[in-house]
Amino acid sequence: MVPQEHPLEQLLRSDRMPHIWCPGCGLGTDLGCYLRALSGMDLDKVAFVSGIGCSGRAAGYVAVDSFHVTHGRGIPFAIGLKVANPELTVTVWGGDGDIFAIGGNHFIHAARRNIELNVICINNAIYGMTGGQVAPSTPLRAKTTTTPYGNYEHPFNFSYMAAASGATYVARWTTAHTKELTKSMREALEWKGFSFIEVISMCPTTFGRRNGFADGLEMLKDMKARSEVKNFPDLEDTDIGEKIVVGKFVEKEKRSYLEEVKQWR
Amino acid sequence: MSMKSWQNQRGFLFLKEERCKGCGFCIDLCPKKVLRQSEVMNAKGYHPPELYDVEGCIMCDICTEICPDFAIYRYRSKERGKNA
Ligand SMILES: Cc1ncc(C[n+]2csc(CCOP(=O)(O)OP(=O)(O)O)c2C)c(N)n1
Ligand code: SF4
Ligand code: SF4
Ligand code: SF4
Repeated sequence: MVPQEHPLEQLLRSDRMPHIWCPGCGLGTDLGCYLRALSGMDLDKVAFVSGIGCSGRAAGYVAVDSFHVTHGRGIPFAIGLKVANPELTVTVWGGDGDIFAIGGNHFIHAARRNIELNVICINNAIYGMTGGQVAPSTPLRAKTTTTPYGNYEHPFNFSYMAAASGATYVARWTTAHTKELTKSMREALEWKGFSFIEVISMCPTTFGRRNGFADGLEMLKDMKARSEVKNFPDLEDTDIGEKIVVGKFVEKEKRSYLEEVKQWR
Repeated sequence: MSMKSWQNQRGFLFLKEERCKGCGFCIDLCPKKVLRQSEVMNAKGYHPPELYDVEGCIMCDICTEICPDFAIYRYRSKERGKNA
């Protein structure tokens, strides 16, 4: 007999489907990649933490122990989980606003410590949930509700920032790169140290329609066309502009936070 | 929930119509271009896709992986060594 259910159904909270994400939003595809990366892992030992935002809603859809915490505080919450129970594999999932605006300081210090967390940032270049305000990753000149004449702030390069702060595994993909993203997510889940994945994703509802995109599909095709795969590039060259450099950016040995702590006990 | 399925000798393609939000990703990305928007309208007012060329579907994983709504997915009849 052929199974009738979706191959990821066991990993989803089916009673919560359909999810709240808009038609053409990248979040569902990104979450699918994560669930595929989880397949075969010991699910009793996985914890999933997310903050607030459209991205943050993911905690309500994953059928592992999941925690939907306050805005920007996914990382400190997850540090507590990991330190109290080092057996756990802990993922923090959040938007660019959640992880790099309100939560930015938590991020850089967690990366500095090389603590064993797997942080996944869905970078849709906007505050989606609150209606489309400018984010730290909004491209220069892009229109948002708070920059109606165009953004005059330079955006962060999150992957570069992660590497500069001390993350020992860093990769960037777009929603269009499902296979590569899934593979990187699995590597990040198994990484002994601080791993970071930046997913360039699309918010057609609050970003796309103000910036000349008809729908999510057009955005998906655009990001695919603008992507250039480069493994271990010079990070100076990875700012997101006309081109989006994607690939594995950092993979390096360094003693982790818990290894350092253990030395003193 | 209404579930559609199509079968050829390579396997099955399933569609949970009520989950679909009509984004069109599957239709556009299908390498064989065997999907199209159907006339059906689901409870949320979206038109889900349909497999109009059943034999043409190679049961790859592309629609399954790109669908943001976990609505469309395939199973192969027998697992082959490699993904087509
Ligand atoms: C302490 C606090 N400040 C502000 C908010 C309002 N707020 C909710 S979500 C959000 C930002 C969402 O943007 P992002 O994290 O990029 O996620 P997205 O919705 O784009 O996925 C803000 C500012 C809040 N919920 N809590
Ligand atoms: S507002 Fe944007 S990020 Fe939020 S669900 Fe809709 S498309 Fe996705
Ligand atoms: S399984 Fe592949 S060939 Fe068949 S409909 Fe989906 S994308 Fe097209
Ligand atoms: S990708 Fe999924 S949600 Fe989008 S049209 Fe196809 S079945 Fe519907």
